[in-house]
Amino acid sequence: MSDIATYNFAYLDEQTKRMIRRAILKGIAIPGYQVPFASREMPMPYGWGTGGVQVTASIIGPDDVLKVIDQGADDTTNAVSIRAFFRKVADVETTTDTTKATIIQTRHRIPEQPLVDGQTLVYQVPIPEPLRFLEPRETETRKMHALEEYGLMHVKLYEDIARNGHIATTYAYPVKVEGRYVMDPSPTPKFDNPKMHMSAALQLFGAGREQRIYAIPPYTKVVSLDFEDHPFEVQTFDRPCALCGAEQVYLDEVILDDRGGRMFVCSDTDFCEKRREAGHVGELGMAMEDVR
Amino acid sequence: MGGFLTSTPIEGGFQNPPMAAQAVFRAVMTAMARPGTVQAVASLAQPPAPLTPTAAAVALMLCDHDTPLWLDPRLDTSTDVRGWLGFHCGAPLTTIPADAHFALVSSPGELIALENFAQGSQEYPDRSTTLILQVDTLTKGRALHLEGPGIETSATLAPFPLPRHFAAQWQQNRARFPRGVDLILTAPGAIACLPRTTRIFETEA
Repeated sequence: MSDIATYNFAYLDEQTKRMIRRAILKGIAIPGYQVPFASREMPMPYGWGTGGVQVTASIIGPDDVLKVIDQGADDTTNAVSIRAFFRKVADVETTTDTTKATIIQTRHRIPEQPLVDGQTLVYQVPIPEPLRFLEPRETETRKMHALEEYGLMHVKLYEDIARNGHIATTYAYPVKVEGRYVMDPSPTPKFDNPKMHMSAALQLFGAGREQRIYAIPPYTKVVSLDFEDHPFEVQTFDRPCALCGAEQVYLDEVILDDRGGRMFVCSDTDFCEKRREAGHVGELGMAMEDVR
Repeated sequence: MGGFLTSTPIEGGFQNPPMAAQAVFRAVMTAMARPGTVQAVASLAQPPAPLTPTAAAVALMLCDHDTPLWLDPRLDTSTDVRGWLGFHCGAPLTTIPADAHFALVSSPGELIALENFAQGSQEYPDRSTTLILQVDTLTKGRALHLEGPGIETSATLAPFPLPRHFAAQWQQNRARFPRGVDLILTAPGAIACLPRTTRIFETEA
């Protein structure tokens, strides 16, 4: 035997997986409620997606196909590392294709391609408590959730309007799940909030440092908080993607030089690549035949 | 102590624990996320009767030394079942339903009222009992129409047997939300779940 140390399938030991699996089932049964769990040390620092990794490790099986995205991109450090991690410890197939994946672990985006029944979206969550910046005491926020006392959140959104004329919260925009729990959708842009509503995919959220797991089952009502006279709105962009010409998608700004040059491109790299393969070309893009 | 002298308690666990537990978990997770769907599970555990292979596989996947387990009288009086669960799960057995994290029920028709089990608190609704019921069928009993999270429009499940006055008991359970118990229904080779969010409408006979 040349192997000095081998790991259990998917890295975590079986007792840890049982503990996390119990938390996931409770999370699904109580949509939007943050279930405490005994988060483990992972071979990566807190803040790198240890919560999402522990959730993925507890649900993944040999037949799964894993996709990992970081801010929509498949090719950033965090996404590449986590994909490599699961190839090594679970020997699973990985992909960048949203339609081929059975499990998609994400940091701060929901793919543009609508998800389907049978897919699971695993979010990496830094701060799971939507009320934390308004009330630092866990004992108090827990009581507020228990009593369904969310007035403070509406005051916060109101103060946004009073100061800025509109709700200035653009990411981690609070949602109410199935008419009961106010939930932090993790720092996704509010552009993605409508995709959570009645999604066909199961959505699981893991916060490693804060030791919380929560979930939204498929076909569950997810409503962004707002006011009658200030309804919830998503970001709009005044130009299409510079590479693929897509509209109605979330764009990243890319600085091109030190003289103010910039371009706006799809944050979802898989979506952008597929459109370019299909022949769509933006104003700064090149046809795929010319690239090859 | 007779049961411990035979080989019954030590045989019949998962052959390949990581893979078996993962397969059973995905079936339960999908069933819990999509109430009304029936998920197939292979026969991965061979427990002593009256514990069934499907219920035993769920217990092996979820229960350990951290989770007090309640057995209904028929299971509790079986030395073989107690020995088998003790060896393979290591879960402490409790006779107080309100202390149980999980309950294994071999005769759902004779089950004590659901309100006897842990319901969780308003602050920690997750501290409730999950009941694992052994049923004969998930599709051939009296039809229950289901609505709620995980169900696109409506779904139907027809498990048998169920606890007495089940529709009324479930309505009370639903009214306690976010407190309440969740059910894992285990039939031969198949699993369905009823999380506390599901609303049940019985059809007229």
